[in-house]
Amino acid sequence: MDSGSKQAHALLEVTGLTKSFLGQRALDDVDFTLRSGEIHALLGENGAGKSTLIKAVTGVVQRDAGIVRLDGAGIMPRNAEEAVKAGIATVYQEVNLLPNLTVAENLYLGRQPTRFGLVRDGQMRRAAASLLRGFGLSIDVGIPLGEYSVAVQHLVAIARAVDLSARVLILDEPTASLDAHEVEILFGIMRQLAGRGIGIIFVTHFLDQVYAVSDRITVLRNGRLVGERETSALPRLDLVHMMLGRELSEVTADREQRIVDDSGAPYASFRGFGKRRYVAPFDLDLRRGQVVALAGLLGSGRTETARIVFGAERADSGTAEVAGKGVHITSPREAIRLGFGYCPEERKTEGIVAELSVRENIVLAVQARRGWSRPLSRREQDEISGHFIKLLDIRPADPERPIGLLSGGNQQKVLLARWLATKPGLLILDEPTRGIDVGAHAEIIRLIRQLCADGLALLVISSEIEEVAVYADEVVVLRDRAHVTTLSGDAINVPAVLSTIAAETPHVA
Amino acid sequence: MPFRLPKQGAPQILAFLAILLADRLVSPQFFDLRLQDGRLFGSLVDVFNRGAPVALLSLGMVLVIATRGIDLSVGAVMAIAGAVAASLVDTHSVPLALGAALGVGVLCGLWNGFLVAVLRIQPIVATLILMVAGRGIAQLITEGRIVTFTSPQLAWFGNGSILGIPAPVAITLGMLLLTLFLVRGSALGVLIEATGANARASELAGIGTWAVTIAAYVWCGLCSSVAGVIAAADILGADANNAGLWLELDAILAVVIGGTSLFGGRFSVILAVLGALIIQAMNTGILLSGYRPELNLVVKAVVVIAVLLLQSPRLAGLGHWFNRNRTI
Repeated sequence: MDSGSKQAHALLEVTGLTKSFLGQRALDDVDFTLRSGEIHALLGENGAGKSTLIKAVTGVVQRDAGIVRLDGAGIMPRNAEEAVKAGIATVYQEVNLLPNLTVAENLYLGRQPTRFGLVRDGQMRRAAASLLRGFGLSIDVGIPLGEYSVAVQHLVAIARAVDLSARVLILDEPTASLDAHEVEILFGIMRQLAGRGIGIIFVTHFLDQVYAVSDRITVLRNGRLVGERETSALPRLDLVHMMLGRELSEVTADREQRIVDDSGAPYASFRGFGKRRYVAPFDLDLRRGQVVALAGLLGSGRTETARIVFGAERADSGTAEVAGKGVHITSPREAIRLGFGYCPEERKTEGIVAELSVRENIVLAVQARRGWSRPLSRREQDEISGHFIKLLDIRPADPERPIGLLSGGNQQKVLLARWLATKPGLLILDEPTRGIDVGAHAEIIRLIRQLCADGLALLVISSEIEEVAVYADEVVVLRDRAHVTTLSGDAINVPAVLSTIAAETPHVA
Repeated sequence: MPFRLPKQGAPQILAFLAILLADRLVSPQFFDLRLQDGRLFGSLVDVFNRGAPVALLSLGMVLVIATRGIDLSVGAVMAIAGAVAASLVDTHSVPLALGAALGVGVLCGLWNGFLVAVLRIQPIVATLILMVAGRGIAQLITEGRIVTFTSPQLAWFGNGSILGIPAPVAITLGMLLLTLFLVRGSALGVLIEATGANARASELAGIGTWAVTIAAYVWCGLCSSVAGVIAAADILGADANNAGLWLELDAILAVVIGGTSLFGGRFSVILAVLGALIIQAMNTGILLSGYRPELNLVVKAVVVIAVLLLQSPRLAGLGHWFNRNRTI
């Protein structure tokens, strides 16, 4: 159903797009229209069909039925390269450029200016520099791309895509690893590109960003089109309703009143703990039944704090005590022996072992602690994994499925299960809700509260300040790799945390 | 027990059977067995007997490859172990000579493991060191000569038999069972798979990844030294220049034919040994057929391509695509 008045001309028109994988409908008769000069948010929970839509349009997978028109002419790209030639460029969440090549080489890979078959390096660099200046980016293009931040890498990827004469730019979760400031820069560039008449499809999980930047929203659910709306005419609650098909019991609703009992001895306590050039020495007390949240911008030292507490990096100053006894945390193994668990932010590279089954992933930490010579019997493994699959509602409830085939939210639950199986005293969760669909968000938060009530000490890192404000007993604000302030009890609310983070903006350029 | 093809190893089993069948076609007596001096003889027995060294190597190699590593030094370790056993056996006791040979294998494995797991040198470079140096060490031990020995006990490892089964085959079978017991009877197998598939995640899950890695290289060194002893016993002497030469490549090939990815992770010990037998069955077949042995290399390549194609996920996807077109 075309609800939009056709004020701008339709740049990309998709009608009746259908795609099945092994008999399962991933996309079912989906229509989608992108007008030139608009930023169009494509939303839906994990598995709604967003990425299949993108892949079918860009020829990464072949569609079963449906028509894709670009500027009125039907196109049928057979691979991403043909899509780029047609004018549709895609930038994925994981930047797929080559970190070991220079920025300039990345920008012009496959189309370097040459003379007599030799690459004209100088010319390429000058072109690269001027291209990036157009994006407000003044960096040395002769340095390997991998030495720049993820944000810069993203901008380079976008610059390359746009420079390949793109008229349609697809951004798949471009902001997932950017901090607030970098997101603003990206949005500025998106608006600038839209102003030039480029149509932008923007896939994201962050509703705030949808409202901040998009003109129009298309929502998919279970492979079907739910609807297309103008962003300004769609209240947030209605949007969530479209995505979930049910009222989300607003996670931000109530901050329950809990009496914070600081009198008891902390479960784990750190004094002057730190590592040079990594994170400044900090004091931290973690109590059973309490959630301590670390808040701050990306790179402020949140993850660094978690890693040093867990022994993934070795502290070079300070002391640590667990249950009143002095300890040396020299490795993750040691931390696990002390009853710590850590769900890292980089779920794919540091969390899951993708090709092992859900069962093997769940029992991995328990098995590692028992040592290689005392294997868990198959029955014990089945019991443990079965228990947690049921407890955490992991789907599909098939312990033998390779974990790589599960959705992000379910992978996160498996990682939680891995640590819960070790019966930990302290659980460190680094961005537990990142890259997870909205429905699973609420579930993970409910779990955090439950674990806390069960008497676990929790250290949570999250960029979702609204969520943090709901469940945290204490919020430690970090800036420039140092712990700056601690808010506790009633002092925790979104404006207070945000203003503390934003206060005294770091004057390091 | 009804016979059914296991889901995982079907391509390898079918390939092995097909090659045996082809061998039977070029040599009608291929499946003939005869008992002589209490030991089985025949072309089929030869396949197992001649395949024993590479099968032994593949037992260790499969673990190393599963950790996302590779061990190029196995052939050189064979030469060292053979040299040690041959040069000690006539002056010292047989157990001491054997113990020294196997001990040297373990030491070589420790060295490789140390370079890879502790110093974090890329496996292919780290083991290249011993591949080159190891043969030199073996030549130093033998002082550049072929050291012969007379000990019948040591010779038994090459020519003896247990219950009619040639000693190399029996030893390989024993090592196979030992390896299976070691990796699947304990948790070592899954820890190796986790380490190979995602070392960072494994470390954060509390796995001592460096210990796991070293264990794999040590086992590989031990298996290589057993293979070295067999190779020396077979010719009643240690030839430092040729013992185990290029066998590291056959061992890697055997592991790959067995379906274990060079990117680490899931592995199958049994299928790796089957891979080694596939290679040997081809060798034997070509020798029996009377073609020039040089042809062996070409045929080997063809079979490798065939097995790998059967395992290729792309090809499976293609099959699905064909089916889809048919059903619509």
